[in-house]
Amino acid sequence: MTKVLVWVEHDNNTLKDATLAAVTAGAQLGEVTLLVAGAGAGVAAVAAEASRIAGVARVLAADDAAFGHGLAENLAPLIVGLLADFDAFVAPATTTGKNIAPRVAALLDVAQLSDILSVEGPRTFTRPIYAGNAIATVESSDAKLVITVRGTAFAKAAATGGSSPVETVSSNGDAGLSSFVGAEIAKSERPELTSAKIIVSGGRALKDAETFKQYIFPLADKLGAAVGASRAAVDAGYVPNDYQVGQTGKIVAPEVYIAVGISGAIQHLAGMKDSKTIVAINKDEDAPIFQVADIGLVADLFSAVPELTGKL
Amino acid sequence: MRILVPVKRVIDFNVKPRVKTDGTGIDLANVKMSMNPFDEIAVEEAIRLKEKGVASEVVAVSIGPVKAQETLRTALAMGADRAILVQTDEAVEPLAVAKLLKAIANEESPDLVILGKQAIDDDSNQTGQMLAALLGRPQGTFASKVEVERSSVVVTREVDGGLETVKLSLPAVITTDLRLNEPRYASLPNIMKAKSKPLVTKVPADYGVDVTPRLKTLKVSEPSVRSAGVKVPDVDALVAKLKELGVA
Repeated sequence: MTKVLVWVEHDNNTLKDATLAAVTAGAQLGEVTLLVAGAGAGVAAVAAEASRIAGVARVLAADDAAFGHGLAENLAPLIVGLLADFDAFVAPATTTGKNIAPRVAALLDVAQLSDILSVEGPRTFTRPIYAGNAIATVESSDAKLVITVRGTAFAKAAATGGSSPVETVSSNGDAGLSSFVGAEIAKSERPELTSAKIIVSGGRALKDAETFKQYIFPLADKLGAAVGASRAAVDAGYVPNDYQVGQTGKIVAPEVYIAVGISGAIQHLAGMKDSKTIVAINKDEDAPIFQVADIGLVADLFSAVPELTGKL
Repeated sequence: MRILVPVKRVIDFNVKPRVKTDGTGIDLANVKMSMNPFDEIAVEEAIRLKEKGVASEVVAVSIGPVKAQETLRTALAMGADRAILVQTDEAVEPLAVAKLLKAIANEESPDLVILGKQAIDDDSNQTGQMLAALLGRPQGTFASKVEVERSSVVVTREVDGGLETVKLSLPAVITTDLRLNEPRYASLPNIMKAKSKPLVTKVPADYGVDVTPRLKTLKVSEPSVRSAGVKVPDVDALVAKLKELGVA
């Protein structure tokens, strides 16, 4: 049976949702083992959480200060060592997964399959190319598979119901090539963008940071939605970079995506066109966003959005 | 220090790609091609480090068809000093590109290799990480700020949820994110000057690298098309629709 090692995405405290989609993809290939690598007391907590995920054979836990901040230079040798006993490595296509997996693939001398959308066979997968304007079906000829998984393309494995054993694996320590200096993680009370059921996204038409806050945030809060933005809105400094939805930002697929003042450039659509329902509010009736929107309202957002917020 | 900047010739980011009717790929005949946008940012960063006196030489390299020369001339017109083209008409996968770049890095001994974080055609986001692995060097991926110190480089990275700063020992590999800088336009005099800058042409065999693909593309298809939506006349109608969806 194919043995699959799945990378657990976490913040040394709680397990991230993206892991659950990777477990589903991994389970379509074979028997899933999870790898929790981190530093300190959080490793045991995350490993315990991981052991409750349904459909998992076992959990490997690696605790070392060198693994505390997800540095690829330290994690890749650990993973490559463990992969002697596995046929495939699967990671969610998060920034951490995208950082580590190709380093692992190169050390194994195998090609990586990035951001897969489906498992078509033991060695065959689909993945988006050209900003999602085409879907390629590719077959690997490598001895081992290294895969990153698009979180929105797979159902999430059940977070409870499992009781897999946790085993400790030893660390090979710090590679001495890199060190963590610091992080600025944006604090938000709202749901996380990539796992939100509803997203309200704003574009350049919001004019500035103040009006973005004034018009988009109340609507999002009324709906219990996460807030996203187009590249134009991020570049103009209305909101931080990690709000960006698109080919080069986050890929989302919520139940409802409300695009406000977003024209709908190819690169933006690449990040949200798999949303179940797309709602567009734009005063330009020829804006490309209306070609993908299920529900469109041609109106000035500065009057329509407050009215909408008020009537919800 | 010397900086190596790999650049890729790709379909222009404004062009909507069309899938060939036989499902073998994307139709690139008579389509406008340009330098991959993330690579422009990489070239710009290298030139800025040269202008600050941090770098002494910037070498641009591209792997692709004869026409990739145009992409290299663009990099030279932006300010790169010389260029290397590894010519091949085959599509080269990230792993093979990383191997070729490793061989070039062994010849050129750059202190920094700056690549784009991903090419907008295959959307792989692999080459920089693979090169760092093969060279046994640290990697600063998705960089939005780069500060070179004496024997290290401090890189601010765009990660899910915010920013992260790491310190890498030199030599190192960096991949650029969108926010790193605003690439300059090449001026006409610089475009003219770029024509006389050195550009050497090699082939993969010169570096002893096997570029045989590991992945076989079985087919390329159009993504599923969304069914046409409706336009509502006013906010009340929109609220009614949202209520039908159960979100309001």
